[in-house]
Amino acid sequence: MGSPEEDLMRRLRERFPSAFTELRVVRPSVVKAVIDRKDLVEVCTHLKKELGFEHLSCVTAVDWKDHFESVYHLYSYKLGTTAQINAVIPYDDPKIASLVPLWNAARYHEREAWDLMGVTYEGNPKLERILLPKDFRYHPLRKDFPQETERQYITRRKLKTGGR
Amino acid sequence: MAEFWVNMGPQHPMTHGLWNMRVKIDGETITDAEPEIGYLHRGYEKIMEVREFQKNVVLTDRLCYVSSITWSHAYCLACEKIMDVEVPPRGQWIRVIALELQRVASHLMWLAAYGPDLGLLTGLLWALRERELFLDLLQLLTGARMNQNFPRIGGVRNDLPPDFDKYCFKVIKHFREKMSEYERLFQDSKIFLMRTQGVGKISLADAIDWGVTGPNLRACGMDVDLRRLEPYEAYPEVEFEPQVWRGGDGGDSYARFMCRFNELRESCSIIEQAVKKAPSGAYRAKAPRRAEGEGFARTEDSRGEALFYVIGDGDDRPYRVKIRSPVFCTMAATPIMLRGNKMADVVSILGSVDVCVGEMDK
Repeated sequence: MGSPEEDLMRRLRERFPSAFTELRVVRPSVVKAVIDRKDLVEVCTHLKKELGFEHLSCVTAVDWKDHFESVYHLYSYKLGTTAQINAVIPYDDPKIASLVPLWNAARYHEREAWDLMGVTYEGNPKLERILLPKDFRYHPLRKDFPQETERQYITRRKLKTGGR
Repeated sequence: MAEFWVNMGPQHPMTHGLWNMRVKIDGETITDAEPEIGYLHRGYEKIMEVREFQKNVVLTDRLCYVSSITWSHAYCLACEKIMDVEVPPRGQWIRVIALELQRVASHLMWLAAYGPDLGLLTGLLWALRERELFLDLLQLLTGARMNQNFPRIGGVRNDLPPDFDKYCFKVIKHFREKMSEYERLFQDSKIFLMRTQGVGKISLADAIDWGVTGPNLRACGMDVDLRRLEPYEAYPEVEFEPQVWRGGDGGDSYARFMCRFNELRESCSIIEQAVKKAPSGAYRAKAPRRAEGEGFARTEDSRGEALFYVIGDGDDRPYRVKIRSPVFCTMAATPIMLRGNKMADVVSILGSVDVCVGEMDK
């Protein structure tokens, strides 16, 4: 038995020997795991049912230009440990399984992530616009969505270099 | 009787902001509910991607105008995690003072809004009167009553003003006397108890499943306070008692009211300790302009767990910022609290969860 983080990593590695492309302790009490989208539900079910991560804190979608990532912050009130799960999604097929069967908290988070980033969470019962108007046609947090303030806002560096 | 939907909002005295609570009623009983949000969406996460790390502090202040410092502090904390900046001890203590002053001001604003929700207009006047004193303290400390722009990445903007501890003690002493008056006004009122006790129940299992945090979760009887669980700043050295509902069978509007109300007292005692304990020295460390990597910070906001997840790609601007708002998650759980209650209790229930639309809609 090592520290809680090492213990958690050992149990995850034993259960899913090939799922993790990266598994490490980022900071004390924070474990980061990078997985493929096909393993997401299994890993999260294991984390919730066996390891006691009962609180889904946050679901974030990140646009990395060549792929998407869906980032889940899970928290265990008993251990005081956070597990950060980055699920990699290919750019041309932005779909990932929904976590609503495990946590109802995922409903709103996934709706928001779909609304702003356009990642489809398959299985979410109500994947509709939540923050933006219903007739909005874009997903504004994607990097190819133009940022209007670029034109209004001139930084000192931009004046020196003429933009990046 | 036929069921039908009623729109409570977007313009309704109950909403404290701009959002719409759709409730389905059968006679007087609520059978279903559905929040409709997004009226105040300003695209924070996108705007923050084109501004420098330091400049975003101003923006995050405006996430919730009632508790600005807690939000800009959470953002600074997340940036410090990426940049590996250590805040000097005095800076940490000043942050604790500012955070707790802001928490008291925020809870008093909630109390002031909750009173008139239940027809107790005196509550509004009294709570706002005392909030003014705490805003004066904040003005003394930061120079502004609202949207203070006080925390900086690496510390705080300025040092404590001279004699700040004396002013704090004076205000807190006065406020403690007034707190017992509030108790007589709220908790001794039979009407208040009838409107809140046993209304808007949510079970502990449901609350965790739906991601409810902060005072609303503590009202279900679970001892979760991120200031204790994942201490940040100087909180490990502060003595305080997280306010948890101990009366058994909690999770109703009254339990939520009691947790918030008692937190006012705890925050006052934290302020008293912090102004005494703040060591001398620097209050701000130098932070780099550019950052690479990712970091997140979770703090105990006045409404629950605030999480900032910031990614930097080596530029002086964040690549991606994610804001986790506690009210956003609590809002998802409000239909559970509302179902089975009477139409007239909607106001009492939604007032007790302390909604702030600015942070909910981002």
